[in-house]
Amino acid sequence: MQRKSLDVWVGLFIVIGVAALMFLALKAGNNSSFSLSKTYEITAKFDNIGSLRPQAAVKASGVVVGRVAQIAFDDKSYKAAVTLEMDSTYKFPKDSSAKILTSGLLGEQYIGIEAGGDEKNLAAGDKIARTQSAAVLEDLINQFIYSKAAEGKDSN
Amino acid sequence: MGRSLLASLGTTVRDYVESLGYATRTFFTMIGLSGGLLRRPRLIVEQLHFIGNYSLLIITLSGLFVGMVLGLQGYYTLNKYGASESLGLLVALGLTRELGPVITALLFAGRAGTSLTAEIGLMKAGEQLSAMEMMAVNPIQRVLAPRFWAGVVAVPLLASIFSAVGIFGGYLVGVKLIGVDAGAFWSQMQSGVDLWKDVFNGFVKSVVFGIAITFIALYQGYEARPTPEDVAGATTRSVVVSSLMIWWLDFMLTALMFSR
Repeated sequence: MQRKSLDVWVGLFIVIGVAALMFLALKAGNNSSFSLSKTYEITAKFDNIGSLRPQAAVKASGVVVGRVAQIAFDDKSYKAAVTLEMDSTYKFPKDSSAKILTSGLLGEQYIGIEAGGDEKNLAAGDKIARTQSAAVLEDLINQFIYSKAAEGKDSN
Repeated sequence: MGRSLLASLGTTVRDYVESLGYATRTFFTMIGLSGGLLRRPRLIVEQLHFIGNYSLLIITLSGLFVGMVLGLQGYYTLNKYGASESLGLLVALGLTRELGPVITALLFAGRAGTSLTAEIGLMKAGEQLSAMEMMAVNPIQRVLAPRFWAGVVAVPLLASIFSAVGIFGGYLVGVKLIGVDAGAFWSQMQSGVDLWKDVFNGFVKSVVFGIAITFIALYQGYEARPTPEDVAGATTRSVVVSSLMIWWLDFMLTALMFSR
């Protein structure tokens, strides 16, 4: 089969196209959801998760150590059950606590883990016992209004 | 009077439904006859050169300018909220999710779609398609199928090039011209753009657009009456129908992919 200059041009087009796609995938996008690192799952129950979503980061001291895999509602305890996929390179003591935090003033919500002092580590299937819910703006405002009203009563 | 109006409305609806059914049949006939192309890949390569390479320049330049405009407008708005570091994220999300696939598809419909319609319409007017049938060559297999597959391959690649060049354009304006921090530009982009949710879904969109536009262009040419006026009319219809189809499909796909 003879080769023509046409083949070169079409080949070049394909190369540029695939290179552009690679650029989008590797340079512009995060390939965190593509990571092949091993994970272990733990669960945590929160009274209120605010606007936490699946795929949100789990951070310890600001470093991403896992992701939120699944959020469900537990109708036994009437709490939100959050499944966390932790990177298996990071271990945490059994009595670690989890908080729902907000990045920046109006940013995405994520889970912050604070290490405890237990000698045993959290393993797959374990539950984080101590949790702190998301700060809900309405609750804060209500608290503020009630405390103001209480102050008003005291001064009378 | 009222009755004839109703009758003509009925005929129009019937005609539309009928041509939709005929188009669907032609589509599946073409897909069914595509297997033979594996033995003659040169047919697809030739068409890829004709519709892919020739669209490259307009796609690259448009992508660059769209990215630059997005960088400029995005900066003005984000800067009001002190969030100009998110410029990279805004440019990349806008391009990979929407503008890359959609504008590429619209430009492709104008640049390559029209030339396909005109080419096939003229083949029909010159009785080349009938001549093929005389020689027991199926024009759907020999003329339509290679052009269709070339379009389906070319559009996603062109859309990727558009988005990549657009991000570069946004980088040029945002970082080099205005002075947004380069590190923040890229890191915000990488933390916010998801490989599957954004890049891959944008790619799927452009594949769907490629299928739709290329088939509409081919069908309009194939169904044109063999007169100079109607070939011209078919070219216009090809652009109008493709453009409306792109917007409709874009709405549907966005609702399917990004609603949660």
